[in-house]
Amino acid sequence: MKRMLSLALALAPLSAWASPDPADWPTVLEEAQGQTVHWHAWGGSTATNDFIAWVGERLADDYDITLTHVKLENTADAVTRVLTEKSAGQDEDGAVDLIWINGANFASMKDADLLFGPFAEALPNWQYANTENSTLTHDFTVPTEGYESPWAMAQVVFMHDTKDLPERLGSMDALLDWAREHPGRFTYPQPPDFLGTTFLKQALVDLSDNPKALSEPVNEDNYVEVTAPLWAFIEELTPLLWREGRAYPPTGPRQLQLMNDDEIDLAISFSPGEASTAIANYQLPESVRTFVLDKGTIGNASFVAIPYNSGSKAASMVVANFLMSPEAQLRAQDPEVLGYGTVLDMNALPVQDRAAFRTLDLGIATLSPEELGAVQPEPHPSWMTRISEDWVARYGVGN
Amino acid sequence: MRPSLALPPVLPLLTILVLIGPVLAGLWGTVSAAFGHLPVAGLQGPSLTPFQTLWEWPGLSASVRLSLVTGGLATFLSLAITLLLLAGWSGTRPFRAVLRLLSPLLSVPHAAAAFGLMFLIQPSGWISRALSPWLTGWQRPPDVLFVQDSMGLAMTLGLVVKEVPFLLLISLAALSQIDTQGRLRVALALGYGRMAAWMFGVLPALYARIRLPVYVVLAYSMSVVDVAVILGPNTPPPLSVQIVRWMGEPDLTLRTLASAAALVQLALVIGALLLWHGGERALAALGRRLIYCGPRLSRDGLWRAFGLMTALLCVGLVLAGLAGLVVWSFAARWSFPDILPEGYSLRSWQRNGPAAMETLTTTFAIALAATLAGLVLTLGCLETEERRNLRLTRKGLWLLYLPLLVPQTAFLPGMQTLLLGFSIDRTLWAVMLAHLVFVLPYLRLSLEGPYKAWDARLGAVGAAMGASPSRIFLTLRLPMLLAPVMTALAVGMAVSVGQYLPTLLVGGGRVQTLTTEAVALAAGGDRRAIGLYGLLQTAAALLPFVLALTLPLIVWRNRRGLQHG
Repeated sequence: MKRMLSLALALAPLSAWASPDPADWPTVLEEAQGQTVHWHAWGGSTATNDFIAWVGERLADDYDITLTHVKLENTADAVTRVLTEKSAGQDEDGAVDLIWINGANFASMKDADLLFGPFAEALPNWQYANTENSTLTHDFTVPTEGYESPWAMAQVVFMHDTKDLPERLGSMDALLDWAREHPGRFTYPQPPDFLGTTFLKQALVDLSDNPKALSEPVNEDNYVEVTAPLWAFIEELTPLLWREGRAYPPTGPRQLQLMNDDEIDLAISFSPGEASTAIANYQLPESVRTFVLDKGTIGNASFVAIPYNSGSKAASMVVANFLMSPEAQLRAQDPEVLGYGTVLDMNALPVQDRAAFRTLDLGIATLSPEELGAVQPEPHPSWMTRISEDWVARYGVGN
Repeated sequence: MRPSLALPPVLPLLTILVLIGPVLAGLWGTVSAAFGHLPVAGLQGPSLTPFQTLWEWPGLSASVRLSLVTGGLATFLSLAITLLLLAGWSGTRPFRAVLRLLSPLLSVPHAAAAFGLMFLIQPSGWISRALSPWLTGWQRPPDVLFVQDSMGLAMTLGLVVKEVPFLLLISLAALSQIDTQGRLRVALALGYGRMAAWMFGVLPALYARIRLPVYVVLAYSMSVVDVAVILGPNTPPPLSVQIVRWMGEPDLTLRTLASAAALVQLALVIGALLLWHGGERALAALGRRLIYCGPRLSRDGLWRAFGLMTALLCVGLVLAGLAGLVVWSFAARWSFPDILPEGYSLRSWQRNGPAAMETLTTTFAIALAATLAGLVLTLGCLETEERRNLRLTRKGLWLLYLPLLVPQTAFLPGMQTLLLGFSIDRTLWAVMLAHLVFVLPYLRLSLEGPYKAWDARLGAVGAAMGASPSRIFLTLRLPMLLAPVMTALAVGMAVSVGQYLPTLLVGGGRVQTLTTEAVALAAGGDRRAIGLYGLLQTAAALLPFVLALTLPLIVWRNRRGLQHG
């Protein structure tokens, strides 16, 4: 019955269902042949760029799809692009075919009807996805509803150079205590950078005694009260930062360079395997290890979404499906390549793939899944926007 | 007499259109958006809201101050170093040596030079490594704010090392038009010291000829984006960088804010130019007073040494920076304060090489297409002017300089919106067209002299033998001008390779050149990848010069008189 219904909807000319229909996978594959996918993805990390290049090679070989990586400084650029095209009436063959996206950008694109779908839960490899993990279906508390497809798991860890900071720090208060004794040895990327804002959120979650407020949109009545511990913390921390908080690294990877030059001893990362990968690439000293806070750290999934005006929707879905394949997921988890967490459910995988994941060496500085512990949920995206704006007004233009 | 109709003035008209069309159209787009008129975002103007929002932005005063101070200081220092070197040393052997080192630096793209400089001067950079720990005692890089410093000093330095070669070469071209030696001899005979003789005798004639290029340096330095992204502060950034950020925000209404800021930027540049012009007059008056008082200022040894040292420092910083790019691109593990890496590896070349080569091809294709189109227009203009006996007037000269004087951040946003309307933005063609706007002035400047200097009697001989004007142009004049035309081609390509903002805004992310890729990497801070892209960028700009120098030697190996243009 359900199938009949979807068929009827697919046939209806103005149906809300996706066209091409991901449920009819052979047709999608056929249509995808020879198409070009412009994947707009953040281009600031060479490891990610390499991985995307590899995906491109595999897709060219197996599906006759050309994948072009459009390297962004900021994901919002791609969102702007689609928005501009929609305003200019360019509803077909837009510049963007696929976006690496999550959080606020996803929420705003979904809100503005800029996305193609739903498609994600009809992709063949969705059967392996770890659907018990709510971060795959709720992106910063916003239901994904199949409008984006997950491809990597991220969780906050702190990288510390054990030569100068041998012990892990259990909480944001402990971090502040350590910074008092070692001024100038910690910094975080400058908000509104994604990772910098993540640090603010992590601090908010760790310091706040009102987690319920964070799962709902920002409420003006209690905003000041809920964020008061965060701003008190930042106010005290800022003069203790690298360069006394008068300059910040623009992005996450820049922290690696600072750590390698021994300018800082502690840095935040949103990828549990990043430190191991960076050690292998000579970008971090071999003495670096990672830790999570006592109460756990926040985590989320990275997704890909397809704009409504992409001219290569079929091929874009093939890319999204390939990214969820055991082959791509295994490669992404390899610390020599990316060191990203997998979105797959080990128990749903064929025996052979499961074994491959089990034997993968996660790397010298990567915590095991047990050590990573519980993932704390992300606050509602409005918090991210709001505290980031507030930070910029307080610390970003001061001098 | 009726002008010859052999060549209608299509090319000059087209050239003028290419030069000022995008600037005016872009400015119009910026002005209307700044006053709240942006139909794509559903905004109907006019309104003053964008200016009010800009006024309330807490970073405004700091970013305006940064633009003014870094731009003004960079221009003043570059000009001072150039003039000190010329006054103290022009015509001497050390001068020729410095010149040989400096001229290739002209084509090193700003971004590559800035990256190299960053590798040198940041607290963990080469200079600090070379002095640590034996002299400084530093086991760790010092926690001082240099590079990204809130005064913008690192950024100013990055501009100075690139503008000195530019001003120097422009000055040399201008000096060849005035009787330098004669003027100098008279002043020396009157007992003036060497530098005073040059400053009093030569500079007034020279400055009148380099005034516009100096204004270009001022306008450019005040609104530069790539160097500012690499070396400039971020809390807040200079106004131009903030404009580009607002342009990139998903919220389209922020574009009106960006446009309002772009108009402020334009006003700043105009104000600074007027101020500078006032400064020129004041200095000239002061100079006249000084001459009237009659001191001979013959003890100038210290100043001469200072002039040479600072010029050499500029050369040294850029060259050492480029060396830094090489070493980082091959470095394995390299920690502070080691002066060299523990080992070398081809890893980053293997990882980034193939993609970078592809980008190199695009970069070359755009540069070649824009420059060839520009050459056709420029040669067409020169030939038409000659046949019609026209001269480039002062107004014409300003027209030529217009795209270089109007800040890029003021008209490119409007141009992007315009191209979007024609649906030809983010294509190779659109980027090429945008580059053409900036390539044209340089082609004209580098071809004008040699073209006019060609011995017209050869043409008269050809005409007497019955050759048509077109035949004289194609078979006599053009082949004889091979060397200068090739040099112009190389200059044009170097200009195109170095363009950041036109590629970024008009290409919309779909068209990537080595420059946009390199600047995008700046945020990530992977020094190995930055080193590789910076090197390729430099190579892409230098290679055409090598060709320009060698090709005439090969083609005219049996015509000694033609080998040096």
